[in-house]
Amino acid sequence: MGIMNKHETLERHSLALTIGILLVVAVGGLVEIAPLFYLENTIEKVEGMRPYTPLELEGRNIYIREGCYVCHSQMVRPLRDEVERYGHYSLAAESMYDHPFQWGSKRTGPDLARVGGKYSDSWHVDHLKKPQSMVPESVMPPYAFLADNKLHFDDIEAHLKTLRFEGVPYTDDMIANAKSDLMAQADPNSDYDAQDAFVARYVAAAGRDNTVRIADYDGNPDEITELDALIAYLQMTGTLVDFSTYEADDLDNRR
Amino acid sequence: MEAHAWIFFTLTVAALAVLVLWAGSLKGRDPFDQTVYDDTIVKVGVGVSMFWGIVGFLVGLIVALQLAFPNIFYFDQIGWLNFGRIRPLHTSAVIFAFGGNVLISTSFYVVQRTNRARLAGGLWPWFVFLGYNMFIVLAATGYLMGVTQSKEYAEPEWYIDLWLTIVWVAYLLVFLGTIWKRKESHIYVANWFYLSFIVTIAMLHIVNNLTIPVSLTGSKSYQLFGGVQDALTQWWYGHNAVGFFLTTGFLAIMYYFIPKRVNRPVYSYRLSIVHFWSLIFIYIWAGPHHLHYTALPQWAQTLGMTFSVMLWMPSWGGMINGVMTLSGAWDRLRTDPVVRMMVVALAFYGMSTFEGPLMSVRTVNSLSHYTEWGIAHVHSGSMGWVGFISFGALYCSTQWLWKRKSLYSLALVEWHFWLATLGILFYIVAMYFAGILEGLMWRAYNEYGFLEYSFIETVEAKHVSYVIRAVGGGMFLTGALIMAYNLIRTALGHGEAAEGEVTSSAPAALQPAE
Repeated sequence: MGIMNKHETLERHSLALTIGILLVVAVGGLVEIAPLFYLENTIEKVEGMRPYTPLELEGRNIYIREGCYVCHSQMVRPLRDEVERYGHYSLAAESMYDHPFQWGSKRTGPDLARVGGKYSDSWHVDHLKKPQSMVPESVMPPYAFLADNKLHFDDIEAHLKTLRFEGVPYTDDMIANAKSDLMAQADPNSDYDAQDAFVARYVAAAGRDNTVRIADYDGNPDEITELDALIAYLQMTGTLVDFSTYEADDLDNRR
Repeated sequence: MEAHAWIFFTLTVAALAVLVLWAGSLKGRDPFDQTVYDDTIVKVGVGVSMFWGIVGFLVGLIVALQLAFPNIFYFDQIGWLNFGRIRPLHTSAVIFAFGGNVLISTSFYVVQRTNRARLAGGLWPWFVFLGYNMFIVLAATGYLMGVTQSKEYAEPEWYIDLWLTIVWVAYLLVFLGTIWKRKESHIYVANWFYLSFIVTIAMLHIVNNLTIPVSLTGSKSYQLFGGVQDALTQWWYGHNAVGFFLTTGFLAIMYYFIPKRVNRPVYSYRLSIVHFWSLIFIYIWAGPHHLHYTALPQWAQTLGMTFSVMLWMPSWGGMINGVMTLSGAWDRLRTDPVVRMMVVALAFYGMSTFEGPLMSVRTVNSLSHYTEWGIAHVHSGSMGWVGFISFGALYCSTQWLWKRKSLYSLALVEWHFWLATLGILFYIVAMYFAGILEGLMWRAYNEYGFLEYSFIETVEAKHVSYVIRAVGGGMFLTGALIMAYNLIRTALGHGEAAEGEVTSSAPAALQPAE
């Protein structure tokens, strides 16, 4: 066959072979990934999405640090049993501010895309400290040390700035007040003016009420711990989008 | 990051000190004698590969035991021993530390012999080898300290990624440089596969790790892409880490070590051309099958599924080319357990590359995704294919590098073979069972139309499977320990390996086969 004889050229010229390989392997990714950045219907139009508050963002970073994604997905598939077990199937819009995404690939534990609000804060405290105390058959490791680790958030403004650079719509106001916002969210007894300003900032971003919650998440009023941050994050997952106004059958939302 | 800076600094100083001592011991001898192959680096590489293999299998056994006996293997206040931190340690240790060192050392072995040229670049091969292992140490200690960007198989943070990029460019140049010095007119097929592995991993690594550090002195960074774009980029990377690290790299090993061990030419030159180009073209497209039924647009899911099914054929092309190379030497399956190991590796390769396309069909995936079925699938591929072909290459190269007529003990290879094979079977049968069981339980409805099982009931149902899986993993680890013993005794020239040195035989596979 003629084409087989031509292959000899590649076998004799290493640079031609190298460039040939690079061209051949570049095609698939270009065709599949690049359109996701410009096709407008990749991400649905929804009401209620806002960037993470500073405390939730710190909690999410602990979720990442501890490797929670290894056992927990955050992606409810549009299958009958999953929608009944976990709630409305996940939308692309719900993770559009997630750098990196946390969809996961394995459910050694249940999906956490909509765990927010399903259990009380104190359930989470007990469960994270010793999972088997709440669910005896659980194979989850204990995270008691999170309750003893003081949360470090000195550089929280830099985190928000980095994310804004990547397209997350943090306002100047949010960045300037990141520290006080973080402290306000973790302590219901803190300065009320700071709390009001914090809530106003993030509710405005979400465009609807009841999307920001202030609580002493870990039940320890003396300090802000890593447990506070993690529970603040878990308690808001999947709660932002207003599904009463979301029309799944609208052609614009079909993908 | 501070701890990492110290590790990096200390290891660099140690490496420079060794360099000075080595240079002082030369006494006028040319260290880069172009008339001989550089085998020292390959010898060290074989030993380091074996070491990382045992570490990786051991950590795997520990995480398996954690899931089987959570009350015994977790400790309240020791966060770094938790499953979430050491499972990435296991996957990276077996893929990048064990697999990566096997690939680098065998590629250095093969590229010299198939081009009849000494490794290019003087000390640069050592920079590649030591630099790569520095990457491993930084990555592994990072996971334990909680330094991770959470992208599976790409967990190391930005500064470790930058270091690997430098090392990888040097690797490509050493590899190409050796090819440029060749005394053969043609580039042998194994080198095409090594080259596609090096080039494509560079592309995948750079794009998937595009990230912005929060500060230049801290380890934390935020991925440049978010949400759905980040998800597809990650699985474009993740799937092709399988395709180009764990497949084409190890196919290169197959294309050298099987023909050489059985002293037969590669079965079909044409098949190797056709399956090489179709394999690398199609593999890249298959990533979206990791995201079926997710928020990824359906057109991308469908494209991924279609190409995954097509991928079956070029995959089997490689298997057929490898197995049929034994034509005229089938008796070696019976007499040489090392050959048997490599052929069984191809059988596992064929099995998991058939299963992969099956699982990539959306309706099958709706059951298999998120379950232990995926764990079974990757372990039949990784323990069966990658593990066994690596073991074969390590047995062969140890015997040949130390110029022994035989291994220390073929009987011990038999023990290794059967322990590991049965261990894999225990492992995957238990996980197939657990995966299909939990997949069916998740979607089971009772007579009133409600979900039949709570999630925790499905966890409880897997307990026995978890125990059997740990037993299988323990057998696999035991086999590897036997192998390490056998390799050390072979290198030392004990037992059957003692019967005189052989001058290295002429490579049978220098020319493309007809």
